[in-house]
Amino acid sequence: MTDTKNYMYKSWWKIASVALLIYTFTAGLLLDVPRLPALQETIRNLYFHVCMWFAMMILFTVSVVNAIRYLRTFNIKYDIYARQFAVVAIVFGLLGYLTGAIWASYTWADPNKPAINSFSTIARDPKLIGAAIALLVYFAYLILRDSIQDMDKKARISAVYNIFAYAMLFPAIWILPRILPSLHPGNEGNPALDVKNDISGNMRMIFYPAVIGWTLLGVWITTLKIRLSLLKEKGMLS
Amino acid sequence: MMKKIMLLFSLLIISVVSFAQEKPVSYRVEMADTMRSNGRIYVVVAVALTILIGLVLYVVRIDRKISKLEREK
Repeated sequence: MTDTKNYMYKSWWKIASVALLIYTFTAGLLLDVPRLPALQETIRNLYFHVCMWFAMMILFTVSVVNAIRYLRTFNIKYDIYARQFAVVAIVFGLLGYLTGAIWASYTWADPNKPAINSFSTIARDPKLIGAAIALLVYFAYLILRDSIQDMDKKARISAVYNIFAYAMLFPAIWILPRILPSLHPGNEGNPALDVKNDISGNMRMIFYPAVIGWTLLGVWITTLKIRLSLLKEKGMLS
Repeated sequence: MMKKIMLLFSLLIISVVSFAQEKPVSYRVEMADTMRSNGRIYVVVAVALTILIGLVLYVVRIDRKISKLEREK
């Protein structure tokens, strides 16, 4: 456990994460943004809502990599890594979903009616349904895991399921919403990454650091959970 | 390494704050009006930063506690 070379115990990237987030919150709220109809100041949500999904995607990717590493080595450590990264990714996904719901109810909803009246239109948006499917698939991952008692069987089955769940992410949140008509922006290209159309240079100066900052915060929380599970594994707690 | 990173980010934030406060000359003589200007957006920044820093301090505390547990092992 005194493996001090491990990145989990270093503090420079945690400080970098906090610094980037402070930068995101200050610059993200203060710097100039393009003046667009309907969006208005809510365009600043790019630094928060969109970053949640970016962080989620990165954390799910780390999770599936660790699942594969487990299947190659059968080292229980990687199973713990895969599980905790998936859990934190789900939290980020839920936050992305919630913030998206708030944002949509002020930008997609018919301004002449109460937001609740536009709910049925918004709730049917393929991007939302896709994201819901993706998250539900990962909820099933957690339920499947925790319903198996035997540790090796649990690790092996959930690692395999993790790969399938990751494969489901792509049709659910990347492909399907692009095929169907959607209110959600960015269906023609790479949302928030399209340099020419989507996002002004000024915004990119905040958006990329914001993605890195939020992702590192997610990784930090994950490493805490991993360290706790490793302690539990050693019989320290419980 | 850490010092360099800290320096980089502090400079980054200073530059951004100075960007945001650019105003016509007539405004520059007034004092103590930062938190009231621009539709009081700075108040929002202060609130959001307080929440962020509070959460970060909480995570730091948990980190410390886990480190202590690991050392006790």
